[in-house]
Amino acid sequence: MCGIAGLIHRGKSSNVGHELQGMLQALKHRGEDSTGYALYGDTDGKNFIMRFKVGENVGEGSTSVAEDVSVYDERKKIVDSYLAEMGAKIIKEERILPYSLRYEIEYNKKDLLEFSQKIESIPGVEILSMGKSLEVIKDLGNAKMVCDRYNLDKLVGTHAIGHARMATESGVDIKSAHPFWGYPFSDVSVVHNGQLTNYWNNRRALENKGMRFMSECDSELIAVYLAEKMRDGASLEEGMKESLTGLDGVFTYFVATKDSLGMAKDTMAAKPLVLYESDDLVAMGSEEIAIRSILPQEIDTYDPFDGEVKVWQI
Amino acid sequence: MANLKNVTKKTKAQAMGMHSEVLTGRTQQKFFNPDEAENFYYFGTYDVDFNKRTDLDVKNMTAAEANKELDNLMSQGYGTIVIKNPQGKHSLGVGILNKLNLIFEGSLGYFGMGSSDGPIVRINGRVGWSCAENLMAGKVVIEKNAGSCFGAAIRGGDLICKGSVGARTGIDMKGGTIIIGGDAGAFTGFMMQRGRIIILGDVGINLGDSMYDGTIFVGGEIGSYGSDAVDSELTQSDQNWLRRKLRVAEIGENFDVSKMKKIVAGKKLWNYDNLEPAEKKGAI
Repeated sequence: MCGIAGLIHRGKSSNVGHELQGMLQALKHRGEDSTGYALYGDTDGKNFIMRFKVGENVGEGSTSVAEDVSVYDERKKIVDSYLAEMGAKIIKEERILPYSLRYEIEYNKKDLLEFSQKIESIPGVEILSMGKSLEVIKDLGNAKMVCDRYNLDKLVGTHAIGHARMATESGVDIKSAHPFWGYPFSDVSVVHNGQLTNYWNNRRALENKGMRFMSECDSELIAVYLAEKMRDGASLEEGMKESLTGLDGVFTYFVATKDSLGMAKDTMAAKPLVLYESDDLVAMGSEEIAIRSILPQEIDTYDPFDGEVKVWQI
Repeated sequence: MANLKNVTKKTKAQAMGMHSEVLTGRTQQKFFNPDEAENFYYFGTYDVDFNKRTDLDVKNMTAAEANKELDNLMSQGYGTIVIKNPQGKHSLGVGILNKLNLIFEGSLGYFGMGSSDGPIVRINGRVGWSCAENLMAGKVVIEKNAGSCFGAAIRGGDLICKGSVGARTGIDMKGGTIIIGGDAGAFTGFMMQRGRIIILGDVGINLGDSMYDGTIFVGGEIGSYGSDAVDSELTQSDQNWLRRKLRVAEIGENFDVSKMKKIVAGKKLWNYDNLEPAEKKGAI
């Protein structure tokens, strides 16, 4: 059992970091092994923001093996040298935790595949997100703990999705935590509640087409599946509709891009989702209490039906 | 497991053949005896006055605290209670075995009014998954929408949603009536065993899948039929019952019930209609 939440403000920005923290914290009883945020902040859109990790959180509850911080330093050095090699200029650098970094990068090529492959060829390095608005932050612990650790409370933006995880299919570590970046597409992220039963078949087929998987978490398949559809020219909504038959199992998932937010629910409607929709705000979560954390007044909400796909623009 | 023994002195119920054993040890066994009606009580219930009314604001309470306070108010004889600010909390109003007028000014989360027996409830909002699960008797009216597993495993009572409901409505239901003013999701009536479901709007795929018995009435379009679900003739008696039910439910009063579809189980299960052993019935 996991919890997912998402919101999109239409026509304005808001303190989405704080809002999503409240929604995910309300769902912490659904799992607090790890919590992840995909926040779409207000930026000038000139530079890429790259969130990446050079190691794992090996704190209490982690299934990762401890490494010396000097290993992280070494990996960071190699990342910096590869960026220089590829003509990417670091505009701003923040080392939030020994294993977690945020770079603002000036990089003029549109295709991020080669870029990502080069960076992730360094053992132990994973790009959590790459985009001009998207920032994926995920770590062990509940929503409040992760929010405090990464100072997300004041982040202003238009939309966001997040995930409170109870680990079932894979270990308790950052690489298995949601959201997943829609590698190698800029600004695409996914969160999922459920279980995919044709994960390995799909994974083998997608890897043969050159797509990359960083974890053994079945949810990562959704991000890769949608990315592959979009690489072949499908729109986000078309890819999501195809996923209803292409993915087997039970699922409710959210996907976000630079300017949109979508949801899809499997054909058996086995996983919960409550939705609130108005002219200026859409908020949704695994349980109504997530929505109530930002809208305490009486509102009209509903459960989307089986096999439903919806996409909203900012 | 409790011990069983034969007794020579028979209660009236035993004399009528309703049961033949008594439990011994610490287990308390009570059987209804019309001669002792005054002394017979339902554990956890109170004498309440419907004209005695109060409000309960649960905004800053946990579900357990709110339910405990509800119980406390019933013990003081309050027969009409208005719950303010439920704000989507889970498990509110569960296990009420009283006659009671209960009004929720807002929405409930999961398992609202679950395992209840007797209260008349109005929810001026939405309800989450598994609303009124295992309802035994009474009436629960939801003014807005409902989540999945609405009325799961109910045994009796009327459960009414004026909006739309999610998937698996009436799953495993064993009696009672569920009435939906709007649409219903996939697998409605999944494995239902007895009772009736009325849907005025459309219904999703696999309607009545693996149903044993019971009846489903649909006013709109059906996504698809589930295994074992088949059409049946809508009789005049059915139409009269539907009109009466919709009138009592204050829903779809002008709805043309003569155009509704009637769906029943197409497969007869062996031994299904045999009555349960009397001892088991007593336990229920």
